[in-house]
Amino acid sequence: MANKCCCNGRSRYFDKFDEILSKYEGKEADLIPILQNIQDAYGYLPQDILDELCNRTGLHPSQVMGVATFYSQFRLKPTGENLIKLCFGTACHVNGAEKVAEALADELKIEIGGTTEDGRFTLETVACLGCCSLAPVMMIGDETYGRLTPDKARKIIRGFYKNWGE
Amino acid sequence: MNNLRNDYYKIVVGLGSCGIAAGANKVYDTFKGIIEKSDVPVTLDETGCMGMCYKEVLVEVINPDGKSVIYGEVTPEKANKIFESHIVEGRPVVEWIVKADDMETSEDSFFSKQMRIVLRRCGVINPESIDEAIAMDAYKAIEKAVKTMTPEQVIEEVLNSGLRGRGGAGFPTGMKWKFARSSEGSTKYIVCNADEGDPGAFMDRSVLEGDPHSVIEGMMIAGYAIGAEEGYIYVRAEYPLAIKRLKIAIKDAEERGFLGKNIFGTDFSFKIKIKEGAGAFVCGEETALLASIEGKRGMPRIRPPFPAVKGLWEKPTNINNVETYANVPYIILHGAAEYAKYGTEKSRGTKVFALAGKIAKGGLVEVPMGIPLREIIYDIGGGTSSGKKFKAVQMGGPSGGCIPAELIDTIIDYDSVNQTGAIMGSGGMIVMDEDNCMIDIARFFLTFTQKESCGKCTFCRIGTKRMLEILERITKGEGKEGDIELLEELSMNIKKNSLCGLGQTAPNPVLTTIKYFRHEYEAHIRDKKCPAKQCKALIEYKILEDKCTGCTACSRVCPVKAISGEVKKVHKIDSSICTRCGACKATCRFGAIIVE
Ligand SMILES: Cc1cc2nc3c(=O)[nH]c(=O)nc-3n(C[C@H](O)[C@H](O)[C@H](O)COP(=O)(O)O)c2cc1C
Ligand code: SF4
Ligand code: SF4
Ligand code: SF4
Ligand code: FES
Ligand code: FES
Repeated sequence: MANKCCCNGRSRYFDKFDEILSKYEGKEADLIPILQNIQDAYGYLPQDILDELCNRTGLHPSQVMGVATFYSQFRLKPTGENLIKLCFGTACHVNGAEKVAEALADELKIEIGGTTEDGRFTLETVACLGCCSLAPVMMIGDETYGRLTPDKARKIIRGFYKNWGE
Repeated sequence: MNNLRNDYYKIVVGLGSCGIAAGANKVYDTFKGIIEKSDVPVTLDETGCMGMCYKEVLVEVINPDGKSVIYGEVTPEKANKIFESHIVEGRPVVEWIVKADDMETSEDSFFSKQMRIVLRRCGVINPESIDEAIAMDAYKAIEKAVKTMTPEQVIEEVLNSGLRGRGGAGFPTGMKWKFARSSEGSTKYIVCNADEGDPGAFMDRSVLEGDPHSVIEGMMIAGYAIGAEEGYIYVRAEYPLAIKRLKIAIKDAEERGFLGKNIFGTDFSFKIKIKEGAGAFVCGEETALLASIEGKRGMPRIRPPFPAVKGLWEKPTNINNVETYANVPYIILHGAAEYAKYGTEKSRGTKVFALAGKIAKGGLVEVPMGIPLREIIYDIGGGTSSGKKFKAVQMGGPSGGCIPAELIDTIIDYDSVNQTGAIMGSGGMIVMDEDNCMIDIARFFLTFTQKESCGKCTFCRIGTKRMLEILERITKGEGKEGDIELLEELSMNIKKNSLCGLGQTAPNPVLTTIKYFRHEYEAHIRDKKCPAKQCKALIEYKILEDKCTGCTACSRVCPVKAISGEVKKVHKIDSSICTRCGACKATCRFGAIIVE
């Protein structure tokens, strides 16, 4: 990933981080909201930003990494352009979510949690998207797709590639 | 539903999470576009979950006389027709109506056994409008409490109502408040548990999305009762809409002076902050939740001391669930006796359930305690969605257990549900039909709890892993004699040696499925058969020669090319290649593919 801006070094890349940090005192109680803001801004928790966070707040790296790895919301690696959130909640499970997962994994040639080679998709599972009456359900970006079957899920992915002309 | 009178028609679109997922925003925008172009004066509004999630997108049309009609499964196309016919020409589109003040519909049974206290404003008001909430009694209970009652009287009222915690364990709420009130210390906190960790449950989210003011008001009353001036709502980060509406509600309440200093001119002050969770099931456990608010890893700690004595930042803290707080304003406003009219002796009031899984009419339902399970599944829920035989219902999520079909006459209250081995839980109710394999369900929950164990206790961390391995072995057809007994033994040890509720209850789904479906375990282990025909290693897909027309549809969908055959000739599945994905069976229009 092209992280750092080459022209004027540090500043631009860290701008968003500086802004986030300015809103907090940097106490322990702020750690989770700060990490959430970093992830919103950068899409994940980049290591260099976390290092900077420790330097600037005095929070210990073990504390920051401890929290970052404890909570499943936090990602230490960037995702693909499109994040697929496939529901693995109970209602979706009893309605066949596992078969949908297999179809998606096969179609995209990745495992759950993985990102496609072309960087187009990351496949993640989540617990209950809150529309259990549409089970099984997945979200791609902000769009929800309900009443999935393995076949329907494959077609949705193919539809994306067709749109991109690939 | 909404009895507010209007001068003209009012259109209300259900914009809860599930409505939005079903396309409600598009329907809303369609109405907006039509109204802008039309000369007919119409108001357009939004609301939260109306309960009938299975009929989303839901649109309510309120006539000028105040009478209402709800349309189900509305699309942008249908929206156009509804506007033309109902609003312009005054002729409602009868075939799309799912509920109406003046007409019987096939869906009436969904509501007739329900009783709405917690959901009194949910799906009725616009959750982003404090005026609509106030028009339906919001903040009247806190006014009554601070102006006319002492904190002790408030606690007494809650005690007398018989309200028990709706977060799972069912501890009497008034008692909890009494402890927190009597704890030493001038700084105390109120915390609302909105972590809703049970995967497949959405009661708390629907309440927060549909009527955030009821929760805020409940927390304020608790604050007044125990002597706290600050509250925290810990919400799952996965609930962005709930968080957004809570923020609006808090801001509006502050602007109106309901939250802040010297509320209603008294010396009671209260403020509320939101804390977003970060995706850890164990943070629903109260001590882990408090650690998480403090910015730490969410690990449970030993109790006592209980939060009521030493909670957030070591200060006395009262923690209750969303639904618990949402009940409180009703109790204070209408009195304990009115509330206690509903329910059974030891379980007063109502309970909200998220009815989902293989159920025909899934959604958000609120029923008086004491209702038989049968009435929830059949009268309200309309039976299974597949039309197949009802097999069991899972209550209480990963901490709960299943109730089998033969116990369908169980009464829904804390004690009767506990007797079955399941728990009331927070309100998740997942219906299963005969196609669901109970060992697979047990494995599903164990996968979840094993992943979510915080790792502090050896039995919870390693024990659940061992149990999961055994369950996986059984579903793969590699089960051995003695596995059932081994599962039972591990269960007992995990229950006994775990620090928090996660470990103590993790074996429940396994124990209840063994209790009621032992024969299914035995079939997997001894006969290497999955009676529900779910476990891949134990089934085979086959084509019936006399039914196959040779249409080739199946061979085209098979992702691994396991099906061969010429056009118009009988096809054949090569079982050694087949991955049991089921695509062929779903495709064959002649019912020629079976699972054995
Ligand atoms: C692993 C675990 C998860 C829990 N998750 C929740 C939850 O998501 N929501 C909730 O209200 N209570 C949850 N609880 C129960 C809380 O610890 C606590 O009992 C509850 O918030 C008290 O509120 P109540 O008295 O109003 O029920 C959980 C408990 C355990 C052990
Ligand atoms: S029982 Fe499990 S989740 Fe609870 S504290 Fe122990 S290891 Fe953690
Ligand atoms: S889809 Fe059915 S009928 Fe058609 S070839 Fe396959 S098994 Fe035969
Ligand atoms: S179950 Fe799936 S893999 Fe097996 S034959 Fe049918 S389509 Fe092919
Ligand atoms: S379980 Fe999948 S949306 Fe609820
Ligand atoms: S969320 Fe739409 S009716 Fe329940």
